[in-house]
Amino acid sequence: MFQLNKKLHFTSISMIVIGLLSLVIGFMSDAHSTWTNLLFNNYFFLGISLFAVVFVAIQYVAEAGWSTVFKRVPEAMMAFLPYAGIIMLFIVIAAVMHWNHIYHWLEPGIMDPNEPNYDKIIAGKEPYLNAPFFLIRSIVYVIIWIYCARKLRQLSIKGDLEGDIGERSFFKGLRVSGWFLVFFAVTSCTAAWDWIMSIDTHWFSTLFGWYIFSEWATIGFTTILLIALFLQKTGHLPDLNDSHIHDLGKFIFAFSIVWTYMWFSQFMLIWYANIPEEVTYFMQRIEQSNYSFLFWFSMVINFVVPLIMLMSRDAKRNKTILVIVSTVILIGHWINSYLLFAPGTLFEHGHLGLIEVGVFLGFIGLFIQIVSRTLSKTSVEIKSHPYLDESKHLHT
Amino acid sequence: MNNNIVYALYDDDDILLTSVKKMKEKKLNVKEVYTPFPVHGLDKVLELKETRMAITAFIYGCIGLTFGSVLIYYIMISGEYKSWPMNIGGKPNFTFFKNLPSFVPVLFELTVMFAGHLMSLTYFYRCKLFPGSQETSPDPRTTDDKFLVEIEHENFKEVEKFLKTTGAIEIKKKDDK
Repeated sequence: MFQLNKKLHFTSISMIVIGLLSLVIGFMSDAHSTWTNLLFNNYFFLGISLFAVVFVAIQYVAEAGWSTVFKRVPEAMMAFLPYAGIIMLFIVIAAVMHWNHIYHWLEPGIMDPNEPNYDKIIAGKEPYLNAPFFLIRSIVYVIIWIYCARKLRQLSIKGDLEGDIGERSFFKGLRVSGWFLVFFAVTSCTAAWDWIMSIDTHWFSTLFGWYIFSEWATIGFTTILLIALFLQKTGHLPDLNDSHIHDLGKFIFAFSIVWTYMWFSQFMLIWYANIPEEVTYFMQRIEQSNYSFLFWFSMVINFVVPLIMLMSRDAKRNKTILVIVSTVILIGHWINSYLLFAPGTLFEHGHLGLIEVGVFLGFIGLFIQIVSRTLSKTSVEIKSHPYLDESKHLHT
Repeated sequence: MNNNIVYALYDDDDILLTSVKKMKEKKLNVKEVYTPFPVHGLDKVLELKETRMAITAFIYGCIGLTFGSVLIYYIMISGEYKSWPMNIGGKPNFTFFKNLPSFVPVLFELTVMFAGHLMSLTYFYRCKLFPGSQETSPDPRTTDDKFLVEIEHENFKEVEKFLKTTGAIEIKKKDDK
């Protein structure tokens, strides 16, 4: 049975305290930037936990065997989804109730031609971007995602108790995964539009949904790898061999490049065409001194570091290199998540400071607590699964 | 000279793999294994050296990237000795660095093209494949569904007896020529 050691338990609890303190201080001193702060940190961890569900679902649908031995890791990460989802819904409801001003298009009167702040372009988007529909969409995404995550987790535990090879639960899980992936394919895009792209209401990008998904995939795989390495070190995953780690390393490498591909495709077309209504998005990020360094810096460390350091086969089997690269990528994508939100809400006033880091630490602490609590509920090792034997003998 | 070579033919990759393991345990000299497709784990059993193809791929990619940079620099960027400056699509100026985003697709494609083509040529060179080359496999059935192990032996009778226990479907001596 997995048990969080005292030191890590204490560290994570103090992280949560730091996070809560940062939030309180933030809301008292600058409520507007703290809402953005909470939103982007929550988005980051929502992405990690949601990608864990996607990962489990893809393994079911592809009938992939390699990942079975560390299946409990993404399943434990899924347990964070309800927390991230509820915080997300809280922010959305707060936005609709005008407690915060993250979403510019929710301002009263912006879609009314008789009001002084009337905006013709935003009014044209009213059929999609209106408060009731926005609220309903957000609730539907979160509820169905959480439902699928819980269902997959339950079926996985049931399969373990079923004995033999756990075939019946596996096929039930396959069906749930299929529906989930279809739903996720659409809603990952629309959620990215609703929660992130609509901040810069005038601007739009057609590949924004994939861009966000590639980021979720990168940070999701990175977190799976870090937790799996930790469990292997503490001796809870004796069947995890170098080939599993190598495969996860390949995914991190590949998705870092997919992310860069999306980033660059979005950037290059807008930069090349140079149309005023499109370039505003990048003008805010490149021309403003408080974002320009972070903008290039996050792009470089999210691309160059994994490209150079994880290129060779030996590097993907070296745990030290993997942990270093994973940490760098997580920080890089955290900075990138900040840049998705802050320039559109805080404009020239945004600064990545101690309050942001404090809230980030709070989320890390909560994540560690939830994940370890879920891991300790069942045995980390899988007992019966159709592909368990295949996974134990994985060699690449 | 090489009349102490024996060929053992198998019809299943799993049986082949366990047999080669047994041969290695018996310290038989396994010269070569011919298979119609890559058999997982066979390279480890045969203690083959790891391929250096990845290193060549990296070098070829670097060559491609350098070639692409030089090419695009001479095509697109103006200067005293350069042929034809072009300013297409509102690019900011005539410096290489500031126009870099629009060159990235070209550089990427040339990197991939150099790496891909030079790697296949290297592969052909290492495998001695060229128009009119003779096949090295002693049995044409290894290109279909059979697996062949080439073993050097001292005592044919003994080796034959042992190979039969491993599940070989056909055992024969190399013909003297």
